[in-house]
Amino acid sequence: MPFVPDSVETTIRELLVDVLGVAPATVAAMTDDTPLFGALPELDSMAVAGLLTEMEDRLEIMIDDDDIDGDLFESFGSLVAFAKAKVRE
Amino acid sequence: MSPRPEYRSYQFAGHDENALCLGMGASRRILIIPPLFDEMNRCRRMLVQAMRGLADRGVGALLIDLPGCNESPAALADQSLSTWREAVTAAAAQLEATHIAALRGGALVDDGAPHLPHWRLAPAKGSSLLKTMIRTRIAGDKEAGKTTSEAGLIEAARDGPVELAGNVLGPAMVAELATAAPDEIAPVTVRVLGQDIAGSPLWLRAEPQDDPAMSAALADDLDRWSASCGG
Repeated sequence: MPFVPDSVETTIRELLVDVLGVAPATVAAMTDDTPLFGALPELDSMAVAGLLTEMEDRLEIMIDDDDIDGDLFESFGSLVAFAKAKVRE
Repeated sequence: MSPRPEYRSYQFAGHDENALCLGMGASRRILIIPPLFDEMNRCRRMLVQAMRGLADRGVGALLIDLPGCNESPAALADQSLSTWREAVTAAAAQLEATHIAALRGGALVDDGAPHLPHWRLAPAKGSSLLKTMIRTRIAGDKEAGKTTSEAGLIEAARDGPVELAGNVLGPAMVAELATAAPDEIAPVTVRVLGQDIAGSPLWLRAEPQDDPAMSAALADDLDRWSASCGG
């Protein structure tokens, strides 16, 4: 079943809870401008590895690691935008 | 009072491998195949607590060390999914398991004893486990100022062992992980985390964590399931 972009944001919120162990209330309060990398202590470069693989599995996308730069995890909005673009591909 | 855990061993490939056992005098004895690699360490405590819960319910449980993991005297670099599958089969026979429960990547090696009822939680593809380990290695190298590519690591893994996220994996293991998916076996009961079992995927977390409620939910489900199918 292909993913509809509207459900992508929900999936990303679930990922942040499941993979990073961030409190659900914290994740629920996130907006596009909420900073991630550098602001969330749970999100380090090692955690990113697991996060990317779970994103691939749950959104049924392939992520080429060469596509990834520091901006991807800059904010909640940038991460959701990246995932939505991948789902549309 | 809860039964005390005891260590038993099973013989595989010339080594004694450990199995943590609880309540083995029971008529039902569930062999638990843990998640693989780092994922195992992250939820071992939660699993052992689930085993205590099973023992309290009068159900035996045994958590085996796969060769090359935990207390095993064997080298991880010599292992593959094939040797692990054979080890699970040997352990099930020698320790007289009546049921097999596999979590995550454990479901990639649980199919060597088809006469026993099987249960799986959140079965994982080998390629996903491999990809995460490769990404972790690349991220670690990057922090150390080295550039490593996925293709380069896969190439190196054809000729000899490679170190991925703290695991030294031999060519057979890397090749098998790249294509492995949980085999179709019957009968098998597949549980979805969050739907069938309340809890969170502790195996994905960076740090080992505990979840007493999830341990209790697992014990409840494994008790009901194992009572419904033989033993």
